[in-house]
Amino acid sequence: MSDTAEGPGAAASVPSRGTATRRAQYERATRRRSTLVAATSTVVVVALVIVVVPLAPGWHNVRASFFDGHTFRQSFPKLLDPFLLNLKIFAICAPCIVALGMLIAMARNVRSPALFPLKLFATIYTDVVRGVPVILWITLIGFGVPGLFHERHWYTKAVVWGGAALVLCYSAYVAEVFRAGIESVHESQRAASRSLGLSSGQTMRSVVLPQAVRRVVPPLMNDMVSLQKDVALVSIIGPVEALRRANVLVQKSFNFTPLVAAAVLFLCVSIPLTRFTDHLLTRERRRTTGTAVA
Amino acid sequence: MKLQLQQVRKSFGGKVVLSDVSLDVDAHQVVCLIGASGSGKSTLLRCVNLLEPIDDGAILLDEVDISEPGLDPDPVRARIGMVFQSYNLFPHMNVLRNITLAPVKVLRRRQTDARDAAMDLLGRFGLADKAHAYPDQLSGGQQQRVAIVRALAMEPEIMLLDEITAALDPVLVGEVLELVRELRAGGMTMLLATHEMGFAREIADSVCFLQEGRIVEHAPPEQIFTMPAHDETREFLARVIASGRL
Repeated sequence: MSDTAEGPGAAASVPSRGTATRRAQYERATRRRSTLVAATSTVVVVALVIVVVPLAPGWHNVRASFFDGHTFRQSFPKLLDPFLLNLKIFAICAPCIVALGMLIAMARNVRSPALFPLKLFATIYTDVVRGVPVILWITLIGFGVPGLFHERHWYTKAVVWGGAALVLCYSAYVAEVFRAGIESVHESQRAASRSLGLSSGQTMRSVVLPQAVRRVVPPLMNDMVSLQKDVALVSIIGPVEALRRANVLVQKSFNFTPLVAAAVLFLCVSIPLTRFTDHLLTRERRRTTGTAVA
Repeated sequence: MKLQLQQVRKSFGGKVVLSDVSLDVDAHQVVCLIGASGSGKSTLLRCVNLLEPIDDGAILLDEVDISEPGLDPDPVRARIGMVFQSYNLFPHMNVLRNITLAPVKVLRRRQTDARDAAMDLLGRFGLADKAHAYPDQLSGGQQQRVAIVRALAMEPEIMLLDEITAALDPVLVGEVLELVRELRAGGMTMLLATHEMGFAREIADSVCFLQEGRIVEHAPPEQIFTMPAHDETREFLARVIASGRL
């Protein structure tokens, strides 16, 4: 890579005003080539799927029972109302999860010996809750707690306790996210704050938490995306949300297309949510490292 | 404000960092701590600010023992300003909020009063146009000057400066040292750890040479830098001169 190796072409590498430098030309060519490769491989893969899958011997039956246009058009509107219940459960659970998760994370971070039982409880809580499958918690709590009451009230409804189970599970996961964020704030920030005379509580509120929360927004959004889907798990204890309704439609029509319609509905919410998370991640990376690495 | 250290002892896991350190800083005096990295300068400053509990001895502020076990450290720290090598500004707050946070939360000043006072200080040190900038948008020298202003906003009776120019490139060191000169001219009591020997010689009323947690020599700068009484001091300064830092 010495200068002499370039030979007669070396003169062309001197940048001149108006025309691109050799380096810029090379980079543009590389960019163009990778776009071309990406486009070609996408077309090939999609074409293969379109060509190969229908070649399967059972394709005709599968298409009729999963991708039936008529059933889709009929079932899709019927799923909208139940899906609203999904969104409601999500909208109520999400803020509760964030608040409870934050409280548990702070309980795990207390340093005062008097509050040790709180710390112990928070630690056991996150360990036990995360150690059992979400679907099992929903069944246990959704069926168990209403059994405590003989009469029916709003608070004996399965949907309430299904939601409570979701809050229980997700707050444990979210607490770990917050805890990681709190621990990622450098000790020198605490030292600076304490040296100004702020108490440990004031330091937590004004200095540590605001920085911690900013850092954990992307992983927090990841949890929210998966919560949005896991709301469907509540269907196993009774409430008629989108998945349960789709199952009912499947029984009626002897066709699986309603499930595909439900999947489309979930995608309508989770894809924008995921894209938004990616956007936040990229922005955070650019902010902390100065440049985004491809 | 008078600061007295009496036979202060501190060790980290068996390693002695300060052994029998006794030192007086009188009101309006500037005392410089010099010595190699790891000689205990930073630990000494952190102990004075109660960021590190001491093992033995006493630290007196106006004849009151502030190292008393069980004593609430917050009111003590509010009287002592501390500036760190790595600035430690709060990155999520702009300059003005960095400065007004403690006066509002600790001294219970009104937000508007704290702002006015902060703007006054920023103006005095040529930083008024940076009031709404975030730390990441400032140069190292500007960040360190803001950190000093943040400490000053608490109207401290003494300032502890912990190698505040060590992280700066040589061009930016000057503006920070100029600010410290102004503080001295204003009569601020200061205890500072520094690697800038020329600056120590210029600004200090007395210089303390630390080695392995002990004060080897404590004397006026002319004496320390021209005719040190101890061999260790002489060796240290010879090394400093050899490295071109004096």
